[in-house]
Amino acid sequence: MTKNKYDLSRRAFLGVAAGGAAIASVTPSDAAPIATNAKIVIIGAGAGGTALANRLVDRLDGAQITLIDPRPQHLYQPGLTLVAAGLKPADYVTTLTTDWLPSGVTLIPEKAAAIDPEAKTVSTEGGETLSYDYLVVAPGLVLDHDAIDGFDLDMVGTNGIGALYAGPQYAAKTWDAAGKFTEDGGVGLFTRPETEMKCAGAPLKHTFLIDDLARRADNRGNMDITYAAPQGSLFGVPIVAEKVRMLFGDRGINTAMQHTLKAIEPGQQKATFVDQDGSTVDMDYDYIHVIPPQRAPDVIRESGLSWADKWTDQGWVECDMYTLQHLRYDTIWALGDVAGVPKGKTAASVKWQVPVVEDGIVSAIEGTDPTETYNGYTSCPMITRIGRAMLVEFDYNNDLTPSFPGIIAPLEELWISWLMKEVALKATYNAMLRGRA
Amino acid sequence: MKDMTLSTLLAVFEEIFGRGLFWAMVALAGVVTLAYLFVLIRDRAVSWHKFLWAQLSMPVGAVLAVWFLLVMTHSQLRDMGGPIDLIVLLMVAVGGAVGMAILVYTGQSLLRGRDE
Repeated sequence: MTKNKYDLSRRAFLGVAAGGAAIASVTPSDAAPIATNAKIVIIGAGAGGTALANRLVDRLDGAQITLIDPRPQHLYQPGLTLVAAGLKPADYVTTLTTDWLPSGVTLIPEKAAAIDPEAKTVSTEGGETLSYDYLVVAPGLVLDHDAIDGFDLDMVGTNGIGALYAGPQYAAKTWDAAGKFTEDGGVGLFTRPETEMKCAGAPLKHTFLIDDLARRADNRGNMDITYAAPQGSLFGVPIVAEKVRMLFGDRGINTAMQHTLKAIEPGQQKATFVDQDGSTVDMDYDYIHVIPPQRAPDVIRESGLSWADKWTDQGWVECDMYTLQHLRYDTIWALGDVAGVPKGKTAASVKWQVPVVEDGIVSAIEGTDPTETYNGYTSCPMITRIGRAMLVEFDYNNDLTPSFPGIIAPLEELWISWLMKEVALKATYNAMLRGRA
Repeated sequence: MKDMTLSTLLAVFEEIFGRGLFWAMVALAGVVTLAYLFVLIRDRAVSWHKFLWAQLSMPVGAVLAVWFLLVMTHSQLRDMGGPIDLIVLLMVAVGGAVGMAILVYTGQSLLRGRDE
């Protein structure tokens, strides 16, 4: 009897185990790759370029895919606000560019120096010239620190100066200065630039986080915080701007709208703004967060790919806002920060843009019409304090587009939204880089 | 989120823990579950004595699971901001409690054998 019972139980046990293994091994089946010998050049191996390369490798068989990017590190830029608040170390955002690239693509570790859209060639700084059938421009953007008189990146972390956009080491130095401010108190100025910018929520997040950290240090009573911005409202989406206005009221954060930072005097800790009347306004500070104007890289502006009548001081690529295809050169697509579209300089936007560019290129190779479009989707987990955020998602129309309607309210400060930023966002980003999300 | 499919979720969990650790944890959870089923089938009965200890361990599992999540995510209980937060917190607590109960029950059954 006992033997029989054990035989039965072992069989049942093995049956369940086999079933579990079978479920675990199920993977989604993909359509067969399309045979082609197309030459595809991607300028930039950041979030957009890398994710696109991984997806194209799966979709195409025989395509010659080349990425051009001089930077050996890949930066997880959504993590910079956490580094600048002392919540993560600098290396939280850094990996190697080559860690994410699929086999079968070529990476040229140089800067793209020139694009000739008529001859369909790209030249690198090392003097190499590549011809292409399809070109994707995804080089990111340039932070124009020189536009702020008196400011130099070497100053970050000293004399109460922060600049978290400049990269992981500068984000860490920003925390050196901001952390000291939360202990010493005084006057804090939090700025944003007049140009289009990547992640327009980050200046607000930095303000909220430093406010919260000062409260935790029991020092908020000793400081005066002002958010100074060239725009007339606190956020591009009106309903979100109103919510932020209410939160600023609740936290006692002052605003100086239509104030554009022009210069700082680090020795005297004085910042110079220009207001809506063109008048100069000086403000003293103990801590200032500097975000410089942001523009397309020179190679884009010098190659005639930029809009001629829009953002002329910034040079974003002239492309269709829904297909991201260049309006004058149909073998060129823009992807990520450099795209001249009204919204979308975030990693979340890239996640939605990549399948559109992928579909555009694959359809062009196949000779069919593309079907995917980009609706301006942008997501901003707006941190309002450590432990809480608002999961703000919107599109070109400034409509809120919540991923979890009725479950995660976009304009409520929630712990689950913080969890998403803290735990799931980087993972989702990494999955996107591998072309899997 | 653009496409919330099972493969996306698996990819995200792989990235959170690392591919090796994630599947090792899935395997561990699977092994404990299978061991639990194994002892149930083997014993052909639930031992109420072991079940009592398993039940007593449940609050410990619930508190441990919540504490672990809060510490790992720089959070505090005061950060709960809406109903969904409480639901998530309770789900984590229930998950920790049930996991601990299964672990304790199975552990006793495997170590002590059947109640005679």
